This record gives sequence, structure tokens and C-alpha cells, in this order.
Amino acid sequence: MELLLSLYWEFFKTGLFAVGGGLATLPFLQNMAVSTGWFTTAQLADMIAVSESTPGPLGINTATYVGFTTAGVPGAVVATLGLVSPSIIIILVVAAFLKAFRDSRTVQDVFYGLRPASMGLIAASGLSVVLMAFYLPAGADLLHQIHLPGVALAAVLLILTRYCKQTKGLHPILFILASAVVGAIFSF
Amino acid sequence: MILLELFFSFAKVGVMTFGGGLAMLPILQREIVEHKGWATEAELTDYFAIGQCTPGIIAVNTATFVGQKQAGILGGILATLGVAFPSVVIITCLASVISAFAGLKVIAHAFAGIRICVCVLIFNALLKLSRSSVVDLPTGLIAVTVALLAFFTDLSPAVFVLCAAVAGLAIQAVKRSRKKEAEG
Repeated sequence: MELLLSLYWEFFKTGLFAVGGGLATLPFLQNMAVSTGWFTTAQLADMIAVSESTPGPLGINTATYVGFTTAGVPGAVVATLGLVSPSIIIILVVAAFLKAFRDSRTVQDVFYGLRPASMGLIAASGLSVVLMAFYLPAGADLLHQIHLPGVALAAVLLILTRYCKQTKGLHPILFILASAVVGAIFSF
Repeated sequence: MILLELFFSFAKVGVMTFGGGLAMLPILQREIVEHKGWATEAELTDYFAIGQCTPGIIAVNTATFVGQKQAGILGGILATLGVAFPSVVIITCLASVISAFAGLKVIAHAFAGIRICVCVLIFNALLKLSRSSVVDLPTGLIAVTVALLAFFTDLSPAVFVLCAAVAGLAIQAVKRSRKKEAEG
């Protein structure tokens, strides 16, 4: 019981202080490994690898896995609840304010500036994903550092999702699954 | 019943997300904006902006926002539990099996393929969302500036969000005073 409470508390702190997405929780988890001894940093690396390769947001997967490793199924549930509790509280407060002030001119002016900034932030993180997907640092020269089969797949996907009438309305998950199969068959 | 609907819709979003909160954007746009109509494209952009500078992971922040708007506090809680539910089930049931799989070459190749697809899907989502956020020259400049600074520097997203909020207020104030001058 005591273990579950401290699991909840440790993940509550992580959820409270990690600003900006699942990857922001990693430094906190490393710190947790050192300070509590619940798991080693080597185990953490494995847990992150598994979390990245299972469905679900990375932050939640990692919390679930760490909790499971530490205290079984109850640990998984408690750690995840701990991680999401601060968000729920903070966002509910923000949402209540937003609802009250949505129609105010000031709030609308603020969002006029915020929306393109949000686009910019998403584009920047998107670029990091692009680097991970298409750039091969081990290549001998520039031509071999670009993942050419990947570029070909991306080109096909762009056509299928944007220009081909029969396929562009399909659900994104279908393209994701098809790309997984292509990657596995052609050894990406 | 809206509560159950929120829970299951967000569970669906959770199960179809591979990677970080960003990979969730195309799925959210499909399920929440286009399919359910629970948020507009502009609102989804707002939630991501707020989610980036408030504590917690973006997936949860966005789920709480959408749920709260549809069905109040309970809605916010159930949407969040929904988005987390598949992770808890999949990892607790399959943890040992998955860690054996994660080392396999073929799985690594499959995920290299998925990453490429996620790039394309995020690109498409960005183009769609920018219609309601990049509406004139100043907003275009904000988007490009933030994208470049965020990619090449280590500044916290909160800094960009704060500056953009101030810029929004300033630009609109200037626009209004110009309009007044033109009229008066």
C-alpha cells in the first residue's frame, strides 16, 4: 500500500513538472530510477523502447510500464493515474476560465497569435521526426545518408493521402499499418 | 451516454497513436474534428498550444479539454481515462511478450516504416490546421519564426507561447487603430 502511494506521488510530481509532451517526462523517470531504486536506468531504456513500439501516447505507456515493473497491475494503474491527475486538474481549471472568457476580445486576440505559434511548434517537432525517419548518420556521403526507400514510401503516401480520390478519405491508421508492412518487408 | 462515447472515442484515439502526442494529431483531427464534430480545427490548435505550455503530456491535456467541453468535469476525466486505457491494458497484459518482440529486427523495420508514415500524416494535418490559424501575413510570420527558433534552439515552448500571445494582442491593437484612422 505504501509502495502504491509513493508510486502515485512520484508520478504525480512527474505529471506536474514535465511541460511539453511525453519526452519531457524522461529526465524525471531517470531521476526516479536513481532516487527510489524501483528500477535501473538500463531497465528504463528497455521500457522506453517497448513504449515506443506499442500503441498509445509515449508518456502514458512509459508510466504504465514503470508502474507494472515496480508493483504489478495495481502499480500500472496507480502510476498512470498519478501521471494524468495534475493535467486533469490544471486543464479543467484552464478550460473553465476559457469558457468564461472565450468571447472576450482580449482572449481572441491572444489566440490570434497563439494559433500560428502552435503550428510552428508542431512543425518544429515534426522536423525532428523527419530527421529520425529519413537521415542515416552512418552513411558514407550525403547520398547514402538519405533513406531513399523511405523517401519513395513518403512520396507514394503523399499521393495516396492527398491526390488519389479513391484513397485520400481512408482512415490514417490504414496508412500506418500499410507502412509498417512495407517497412518490415523491405527492411527499412 | 455522452460519457461512454467520450471514453470509447478517446480509447480509439489512444490505440491508434504510435509514439508521442504529436503522432496523435492526425488521428484526433480525423476522429474528434471530422468524425465526431466535438471540436473545430481552430479549437484543436488552441488545445495543442495550451497543452504545450501547461504541465502534463499533450495527449492527456487535449483529451481533458475536449471531454470538458462536451460533458463538463466528468467528461474531461472520462476522456482522459479513455486515452490512457488501451496503454494500461496492452502493457500490463503483454509487457513480457512485447519486450521479447521489441528486440526483433523485423519489428524495428516496421517501425521505421511507421515513422515515415507519421511524418506524412503530420504534414497533412499541419496543412489542414493552418487554414484556420495562418490567416494573414503576421500569423504567417509568427508560424515560420516559431518553427525555426523551436527547431534550432533549446528554448522552452512556454517562451514561444507567451511571446506569441503578446504578439497577437499587439498586432490586433495596431490593426484596430489603423482601421480607426482610416475611418476617422
